[in-house]
Amino acid sequence: MNVQTPVEQLKPADYASDQEVRWCPGCGDYAIVKSVQRTMADLKLAPEDLVFISGIGCAARFPYYMATYGFHTIHGRAPAIATGTKLANPELDIWVVMGDGDCLSIGGNHTLHAIRRNVDIQMLLFNNEIYGLTKGQYSPTSRLGTRSPSTPQGSVDAPVNATVFALGAGARFVARSVDTNQKHLPEILKRAHAHRGASFVEIIQNCIVYNDGAFSGWTDKAAAADSQIQVEHGKKLIFGKDGDRGLRLDRNSLSLEVVTVGDNGVAEDDILVHDETNRVLANLLGAMEHPEYPVAIGVLYCDPAETYDSAVHRQIAESVEKTPPTDLNAMLRRGRTWTVAPS
Amino acid sequence: MATKLAESRPDGELQRKSVDAVVIRFAGDSGDGMQLTGTQFTQSTALMGNDLATFPDFPAEIRAPVGTTYGVSAFQINFASYDIMTPGDAPDVLVAMNPAALKVHLRDVPKGGTIVLNTDAFTDRNIAKAGFGANPLEDGTLDNYVTIEIDIQKMTLAAVADIGVTNKEAVRCKNMWALGLMCWMYDRDRQPTVDWINQRFGERAPAIAKANVAALNAGHAYGETAELPSGIPAYIVPKADVQPGVYRAVTGTEAIAWGLVTGARKAGLELFFGSYPITPASALLHTLSNLKQYGVTTFQAEDEIAAVCSAIGASFAGSIGVTSSSGPGVALKTEGITLAFAAELPLVVVNSQRGGPSTGLPTKTEQSDLYQAVYGRNADSPLPVVASCTAGDCFFAAIEAVRIAVTYMTPVILLTDGYLANAAEPWEIPDVDGIPEFKVDFATASDDFHPFLRDGKTLARNWPVPGTPGLMHRIGGIEKSYDTGHISYDPENHHRMTKVRAAKVDGIADDIPLQEVASGPSKGRLAVVGWGSTFGAINQAVERSLAGGLDVAHIHIRHIWPLPRNLGDLLAGYEKILVPEMNNGQLITVLRDRFLVPAEGLNQISGLPFKVSDLEAAIRERMEGQP
Repeated sequence: MNVQTPVEQLKPADYASDQEVRWCPGCGDYAIVKSVQRTMADLKLAPEDLVFISGIGCAARFPYYMATYGFHTIHGRAPAIATGTKLANPELDIWVVMGDGDCLSIGGNHTLHAIRRNVDIQMLLFNNEIYGLTKGQYSPTSRLGTRSPSTPQGSVDAPVNATVFALGAGARFVARSVDTNQKHLPEILKRAHAHRGASFVEIIQNCIVYNDGAFSGWTDKAAAADSQIQVEHGKKLIFGKDGDRGLRLDRNSLSLEVVTVGDNGVAEDDILVHDETNRVLANLLGAMEHPEYPVAIGVLYCDPAETYDSAVHRQIAESVEKTPPTDLNAMLRRGRTWTVAPS
Repeated sequence: MATKLAESRPDGELQRKSVDAVVIRFAGDSGDGMQLTGTQFTQSTALMGNDLATFPDFPAEIRAPVGTTYGVSAFQINFASYDIMTPGDAPDVLVAMNPAALKVHLRDVPKGGTIVLNTDAFTDRNIAKAGFGANPLEDGTLDNYVTIEIDIQKMTLAAVADIGVTNKEAVRCKNMWALGLMCWMYDRDRQPTVDWINQRFGERAPAIAKANVAALNAGHAYGETAELPSGIPAYIVPKADVQPGVYRAVTGTEAIAWGLVTGARKAGLELFFGSYPITPASALLHTLSNLKQYGVTTFQAEDEIAAVCSAIGASFAGSIGVTSSSGPGVALKTEGITLAFAAELPLVVVNSQRGGPSTGLPTKTEQSDLYQAVYGRNADSPLPVVASCTAGDCFFAAIEAVRIAVTYMTPVILLTDGYLANAAEPWEIPDVDGIPEFKVDFATASDDFHPFLRDGKTLARNWPVPGTPGLMHRIGGIEKSYDTGHISYDPENHHRMTKVRAAKVDGIADDIPLQEVASGPSKGRLAVVGWGSTFGAINQAVERSLAGGLDVAHIHIRHIWPLPRNLGDLLAGYEKILVPEMNNGQLITVLRDRFLVPAEGLNQISGLPFKVSDLEAAIRERMEGQP
């Protein structure tokens, strides 16, 4: 028998498998795996109850680096596999890891339906706005005009905004964080884990080889204060080096505007307070893009509802209650039967 | 009851003519309720103790424009006082509810056959819509047939006049009127249908229930009292001499559902069924959705890919994952199936075959996915393939598929088809307790544990289930090391793993029954070799040929892959081999490839089952010159 370390004593490193990590040096995925392992240790999660399920892509190698259960499946299908795993054993703590191509291109349909069903899983999107494993083609989140081996003149199709997509799919939990933000990301992962239902987390991730610096305009330390807004439920939507900039609702256009308290008669009371149960506000926050707006990080939306897996098992329990399971011989004799007597 | 009613005729002189076998075909508009009429007649017939076989034949359109030939829906039942295996080659009686039904089905009725016609529907407009140049009731088209012309609609409306249903609801009862007449003509008990009507409508719509029962009774009473044309006797079909036991009517779909549930129970596992609606496979999803209290979870996925993937995810978690579709849907599942093959997880893929390629003939039957099942995957990915051959056999084939999947940690393809899925037959209910168990032992923690540790005999990897302390592991589609279960790009390892996966599947041949001969001698002049739903037609044709003194045998293959160990030697014992298939020749390719036998194909790709008479003729043809 393997000697089991009690869960209370597990450290982040105990959640790391013995496999050599094969991401490119400097890849944002290293920071994410570190955050995830730290989250597991902070929450004292039993490794045998944890399952990491992924599709295909750089991000999808994730399960191999976790000393938990893991299933590295096929491109785009991780949410569908995870749905089956969760329904078969609702006790399992399932984390789905996807890249942007995996989650929003080939697997867009499964992402949509896992979210809309509200399967109780954590869905982590590592969004680097590029295809890494296939060597640098543009992705469904690449910005218009992205030059890549398949778009030498620049991409001409509009990107999808992951958080707005998730909200449109009916998500009950949507959050965003940044790979290198080692303070913020574990806290967001804890919130995602605490949420019952499909928790969709977009993690902005830098691909050092094919899309280096794609987000540096707002993720670099120097730029962050003025170009990010950390949203927290019940707190004013304020950001900026001096903490004097904020978001105000323009009631005529039903859009957000960036204002500075004190300028043009803007009072502190004009600044919106974040309400994470407000789906409309979440949409407005998720849609904000740099440089016109600060990019919102944090829990944009959280409003739990019954999960799919619990509803499915509730119906199964109801069926058992209504028609207690008899032995299979009785099942085969339900309905009309007739007996042929020996002649 | 029917006999008593017959005796109550005023003249008291009804003499029922005893016949051994009858084939009735109900045909009408797809909104006329012909499938329901046929199903109810089947229930009554089964309860009367006849052997029977049915063939529902319906259009892909749910409600094609009324009165058109492409909207015609039909249900054929063959019932007899002896053992029968097919729904019958040609109808003795055709019930045609409108001109289009007559137009489509008249060609199948032999001269002298009986045709019951709903004359109300023979309006000029309907006659033209069906493509008749003139009224077939008047222009001599039906001269060679015995016709019973009745204003069924008018009679139905009269029968339900006082019940307080709308005209539309009243008209819809006319199928019950026709059923009532047939019940009288063939001495069937109406009570099962009355019970069914009351169960279906009784609480929800008592007036509709009452109207349907009234129509049923009116049709029956018409038979008793009306002056039917001479030469239309009432019939009696004596009970078949069948094995004593408890019986029920069963369709292939129901049998597969019960077989999967039973297989899961025998394995000691929960059943997870992930599926996406597709004709003719959807009924399996419906059936299993009503069996949740037996350890069944059903999941209607967003697409075929998610359906198979959810089943794989469930197997990963320790359930037996099952997915189901028809050919086009199975094509979509292919990548998922190879994932399960590579990750060596159990999975059952049920394919209810239909006419193809592409959308093809969704509601018609075909056996054209054998290549797909045996060969249709990328890479070296051999899979066990099991084919069911009758509606009742679907039960045992499904158990066998689950057994192989969990014993060998592999996906299994279970082939059935649209004909088996919908056709009903009486089924002697087996004693489930007598079916051997094959309980699964999940992996337990050990010092040398890794996820690809193999059983020395079956070569199956162990099955460690998430949630078990000490067995945390990672599996996936990337090649794994034979020795550690970790990712491996080592060239020799890939060679070795490919070989061991193939050897594992090949080895299943040692764990399945040797091929038996279904009928006839085990060597001789001609072997007719079939698979799947052609069993009944081939067997009956071979039995008749044997009775006629021909040296012919019937071999029916259940394990399409791997093939039984003795099959090559068995086939070598015949001078000729004839392979009838409802495809353009697929099993025959496998047989020629594996055994280099000079097999000859007999291929029918019409979307319809073989006729016994056609197979008999084909056998006779190959026997010419036999002493």
